[in-house]
Amino acid sequence: MSVDLSIKFAGIKFENPFTLAASPCTDNAEMVARAFDAGWAAAVLKTTSVEEEVVELVYPMMAGLDFEDKKVIGLQNIDLISERHIDQVEKDVRELKKAYPHKVVGASIMGQKKEHWQALVRRLEAAGVDFIECSFSCPHGMPERGMGSTIGQDAELTERTARWVKEAASRVPVSIKVTPLVADLPHIARAVQKSGADAITAINTVKCLIGVDIDNFVPYPVVDGKSSYGGYSGAAIKPISLRCVAEIAKAVDMPISATGGISTWRDAVEFLLCGARNLQVCTAAMKHGFRIIEDLTDGLSVYLEDKGMSRVEELVGLALPNIVEHSHLSREYKPVSKINLETCVKCDVCYIACQDGGHQAITLDDKRLPHVDEEKCVGCAMCASVCPVFECIQMAPR
Amino acid sequence: MAARQTPDTLDIPTRVSTMEEVDRGLKPHQALAEAGRCIFCHDAPCVKGCPVGIDIPGFIRRISQRNMVGAARLIRQSNPFGAVCARVCPSEAQCEKGCTSAGLSEPVAIACLQRYAMDQEMARGIRPVAAAEPTGRKVAVIGAGPAGLACSLALAAAGEAVTLYDRSPQPGGVMRYGIPSYRLPREVLDQEIAWILSAGVQFVPNTEVGRDVDMADLVRQYDAVFIGAGLGEPESPSIPGADVPGVISAYSFLRAAGEPDENTRQQALGEVIAQPLGQVVVLGGGNVAVDAACTALRMGAESVAVAYRRTRAEMPAWAEEVELAEEEGVKLVFLLSPAEVLQAEGKVQGVRMTRMKLAEDDASGRPRPVPSGEPDDTIAADTVVLAFGQAPNESIFSSLPSLARSESGMIAVDADTAATSVAGVFAGGDAVNGGTTVVQAVSEGLRAAEGIRAYLDSVTPARG
Repeated sequence: MSVDLSIKFAGIKFENPFTLAASPCTDNAEMVARAFDAGWAAAVLKTTSVEEEVVELVYPMMAGLDFEDKKVIGLQNIDLISERHIDQVEKDVRELKKAYPHKVVGASIMGQKKEHWQALVRRLEAAGVDFIECSFSCPHGMPERGMGSTIGQDAELTERTARWVKEAASRVPVSIKVTPLVADLPHIARAVQKSGADAITAINTVKCLIGVDIDNFVPYPVVDGKSSYGGYSGAAIKPISLRCVAEIAKAVDMPISATGGISTWRDAVEFLLCGARNLQVCTAAMKHGFRIIEDLTDGLSVYLEDKGMSRVEELVGLALPNIVEHSHLSREYKPVSKINLETCVKCDVCYIACQDGGHQAITLDDKRLPHVDEEKCVGCAMCASVCPVFECIQMAPR
Repeated sequence: MAARQTPDTLDIPTRVSTMEEVDRGLKPHQALAEAGRCIFCHDAPCVKGCPVGIDIPGFIRRISQRNMVGAARLIRQSNPFGAVCARVCPSEAQCEKGCTSAGLSEPVAIACLQRYAMDQEMARGIRPVAAAEPTGRKVAVIGAGPAGLACSLALAAAGEAVTLYDRSPQPGGVMRYGIPSYRLPREVLDQEIAWILSAGVQFVPNTEVGRDVDMADLVRQYDAVFIGAGLGEPESPSIPGADVPGVISAYSFLRAAGEPDENTRQQALGEVIAQPLGQVVVLGGGNVAVDAACTALRMGAESVAVAYRRTRAEMPAWAEEVELAEEEGVKLVFLLSPAEVLQAEGKVQGVRMTRMKLAEDDASGRPRPVPSGEPDDTIAADTVVLAFGQAPNESIFSSLPSLARSESGMIAVDADTAATSVAGVFAGGDAVNGGTTVVQAVSEGLRAAEGIRAYLDSVTPARG
């Protein structure tokens, strides 16, 4: 069966849901052209600004979080918006739309005042951009000038600024990129909806401090002996962005472009199930290159084939009805840990976890095999979470 | 960096008493752990080491993301025998040789991962080939070994009508009649071949070109011909006394032992050797010698020794196979060259061996073995298995006299198009390269299919 990966987002048809996020990956037309050639459906060009905005970057600007032998499970950047102003970005848009009429070219913008926002929108529209994304969400550097997450953390500022952009946008849809750094994201989402904006992009990076050089007492990345808080991205933030997307999808009826840690086709499926219609990727592409688009599209195709589905559309939001208030979860459901002693390797990691992190329900026999005392087991699943053997411990109804 | 994962092997008592596959494959958690060792390097050297250029980082990434079917399909795009080659490729000398991870610890177990993906795909069934519209052109393929089958698939998928001739009752060539099933289970081979034939290849068994059909007729009847006929009968060695019934060729022994059905196998073995195997001496040092030795153990030999005229370091057999053979109890003896098969009353008694030493390198770049001058040695034996390699397939040359030979006496072809000296006739595999690997034959078969299509386009444009 043939599978159709195309999907509409904010009225625009994308050949597949995969879009390169506004980032170093999309800072010039040559890079974006290579990404299009590799199979990406769309790109949001790195956030640009009016010519008078001074952008001075610092180096180094990247620092990865490694976990055991895995490199960059998370990434901090102290990058800013593009040094390339609107005059250069309009040229990129024209060039890309001419060479790739069927690909989707978005542009991310940031302004200090109404005139800036509106000028950026008008010039990009004139250049032929397909959609505009507004960064109300960069957590570092830009907020010091009243930009970035300063806007996205305030519902009134969000609504007002989004209105300015919508006023200027005569033709193209506008998506507002929100920050997770708020107490009530649905409240911000409703403000976006009230503004008349067409879509929401969720989320931007999470403000962080990735680590400290413990010999020199300076956090990473070390810029001439000092550092600063930065934006955290990559696989590590996926659980946060997934929650944000689900919350927004349940709060407002607007198309959502998800971003934040999408690295594999499995992540992609999860975001679609939680209500996203478009998927933006940055850190995974920075780490492994544009070629990862092949894994993403192939994995998604095979998954749909396995599920007997022919269109991506069919996945959107399927998990949302299964996310409920905590108080609505069943109190009658009493699972119990079932350990398969045939495959158990007797590491006793489940025993330790149950002893010191659970309810002392697992005991060891004289052969070091673990046994569950079903009277004591509350079914917390800590044992199943730590077990290193494939499907050895399962939580089952009593 | 995490340690390289190693698949379990069958326990030795079971190994030497059955033809069951020795390598049990990676378990799911091992496959994920091993895939996690790949660093997905840019312009990966493993791909350059693969004769068919499989996108190795691509399929490993799909495994790491648990897209096993996607991994298998990616492999199949480059190699129709992905499951066979995962088992029989000398990966340590090919893809894994270049692996960048070796610079950190050990190479990624690429062949094991490939096998894992292919086994997952086979469990669910290989997706049928979507063949292009028929072009109206006909191609004859001679020899249903890896080269002929790969070539047939590529041509059939492109809409050419392929008729595949083989002298044997079943397709597979050396994969079926040479490689023992403990290395390559017949279910695996059968499934890949069935998938290839289902692309619309017409298989004609028990038909030897030069005997049952005339080569000149094929050239006339078809728009193009591919020769992937492999090698001919083994070179007959000039060892005095080698004409007794207890002296057999590894080629016919492996062929008989390769019969999947117990009764047929016993009958076939009976035709090769009438007496019990007893003490077996295998003469040679290549993979065929090692395969014959391990197979002899499984067929009830009391003891098995492999005698090679150089030393272990020069053995053409793959180190991994040699180690497995030794584990099973095969004895290796070196620097011995057969001088005479000793016999009494028409029965083999043993082999008198000339003791050798290594001298300066010969043309092959290996030290030449020369007699050391020490007294001869004698190895007691009831059965002697000759594993000295095979000769060019002479029936092909006699049936098509204008076919030009290469310096080594094989079929000469153009390196890019696989075209022979005869217009419209192409060739690949052992018949051209003199006998290397399955994957090399596949690669040559696929390249020839491209050459054939380009040739057909130039002389017989596709219909419509």
